[in-house]
Amino acid sequence: MGYDRYSVFSLLRESLRGHAGWGPAWRDAAPRPAYDVVIVGGGGHGLSTAYYLASQHGITNVAVVERGYIGSGNVGRNTTIIRSNYLLPGNIPFYEHSLKLWEGLEQDINYNAMVSQRGVLNLFHTDAQRDAYARRGNAMRLHGIDAELLDRAAVRRMLPYADFDNARFPIHGGLLQRRGGTVRHDAVAWGYARAADRRGVDVIQHCEVTGITVENGRAVGLQTTRGTIRAKKVGLACAGNSSRVAAMAGLRLPIESHVLQAFVSEGIKPLIDCVVTYGAGHFYISQSDKGGLVFGGDIDGYNSYAWRGNLPTVEDVCEGGMALMPIIGRVRITRSWGGLMDMSMDGSPIIDRTPIEGLYLNCGWCYGGFKATPASGWCFAHLIAQDAPYPVAAALRLDRFATGRLVDEKGVGAQPNLH
Amino acid sequence: MRIPCPHCGERGFQEFAYYGDAGPKRPAHGGDTGEDVWFDYVYLRDNPAGPHEELWYHAAGCRTWLVVTRNTLTHEVAGARPARDVALERSAAP
Ligand SMILES: Cc1cc2nc3c(=O)[nH]c(=O)nc-3n(C[C@H](O)[C@H](O)[C@H](O)COP(=O)(O)OP(=O)(O)OC[C@H]3O[C@@H](n4cnc5c(N)ncnc54)[C@H](O)[C@@H]3O)c2cc1C
Ligand SMILES: [Zn+2]
Repeated sequence: MGYDRYSVFSLLRESLRGHAGWGPAWRDAAPRPAYDVVIVGGGGHGLSTAYYLASQHGITNVAVVERGYIGSGNVGRNTTIIRSNYLLPGNIPFYEHSLKLWEGLEQDINYNAMVSQRGVLNLFHTDAQRDAYARRGNAMRLHGIDAELLDRAAVRRMLPYADFDNARFPIHGGLLQRRGGTVRHDAVAWGYARAADRRGVDVIQHCEVTGITVENGRAVGLQTTRGTIRAKKVGLACAGNSSRVAAMAGLRLPIESHVLQAFVSEGIKPLIDCVVTYGAGHFYISQSDKGGLVFGGDIDGYNSYAWRGNLPTVEDVCEGGMALMPIIGRVRITRSWGGLMDMSMDGSPIIDRTPIEGLYLNCGWCYGGFKATPASGWCFAHLIAQDAPYPVAAALRLDRFATGRLVDEKGVGAQPNLH
Repeated sequence: MRIPCPHCGERGFQEFAYYGDAGPKRPAHGGDTGEDVWFDYVYLRDNPAGPHEELWYHAAGCRTWLVVTRNTLTHEVAGARPARDVALERSAAP
């Protein structure tokens, strides 16, 4: 019963039966002794990788091992923004591939992920910033991606309550990507887990990887808290924990782990119908379908594995919000939390093989990896199955730091706590 | 998080600017320092979960660079010393 296709008919049937007939969305699998591919990390990227291995490459003897429960990592902690408004050739096609996959995702995995293309609006406050956004918008349009440069009046129509005449940071306009928006983050994890499970993938929760077995320069299996698992190929998708897991195979990564916080307010009536980012400080905000304002800002800025941040960042984020839209000043914050960011040294991700045969690496998502979930899985699955990079991810190499081929969107160099 | 500055006493960490891991040692210029040594220094990090020696600059205080020992799992700060002292100690070591 649980493996029925979700549809308006199954919903109708269950409504009439008091919703007593829904089964679990995926099996609670126990580890088997051996698999063709084992993915470490049951976040969005690990689950989407497993799903595309099965659906695109016919590789179904696959396990995803997750030390906690599905959705306990960043995939269930982010502010759910998706977009493809990048600048550099190494990034634009990758993120656009992701946005295209989002557009067809719910039909593909038969799961309501609440993909909402409500638009992402980046505000600018100076002439120099306008030029930078015009350039970014042009780069996007040259790649066939939608981008519109809005003037002040057009922004005012969208956000009549914003503080346009702020003495220091008046709003001059914004760059709008209408196809950007938000997606229900947990549903992405659950939907991919269910879709992978239905194609035979074992989704194994509460199974922590404690060692990687390497024989003659080749990864052949994993030690876990639930026993040894042999694998022909191992893919790492451990986000903030990447350095620790890679170290099990003797690798050092160009990654630092940092904490990023997010905040949700009490539910209020519809106010913000798109995603807005402030250009004079670091602040971004949207409104969830339940009415809560969902917002965030900078990473705290120091190495951390603590899953929680500190108060100065809370103050900084709220100051950004108040400078942009004083109207939210009396709304109460009800929840805040932190996640572990895998900050790479140029702000861009890594999807590549490693010096160890049969060991593949997916990491460096900084604080923007949720939007990448479909393309990351798509490209990582292709890499693992074909042993060759998928074209749109070809620049996201591990050795680019050594060879000088950085993909540095911000142009700030080797400094992980700036991206 | 509060950092015990040897000069100013215990202060909120927002007075400090963070630079990162204090472990990597800048290689010598020129000579036979290979590219791989520079790559290692500039890009690779141990990124430990637990005690971490890291550089903080007391920007809104005495403007001293400090080596702070802090646990990245708990944010507990174990101590802070002037980076200069640490550097002198290190270069004196064989
Ligand atoms: C507060 C916040 C806001 C964000 N906002 C956005 C946003 O608006 N838009 C956007 O695009 N991105 C955003 N991000 C970033 C995004 O969430 C991450 O980049 C992305 O989710 C990382 O990939 P993932 O889903 O696979 O990670 P995760 O869900 O963290 O998955 C990694 C998994 O690996 C598991 N794991 C680690 N070690 C082991 C081990 N030894 N054995 C077994 N399993 C292990 C972990 O338990 C975890 O579940 C945000 C992140 C945070 C924290
Ligand atoms: Zn001081």
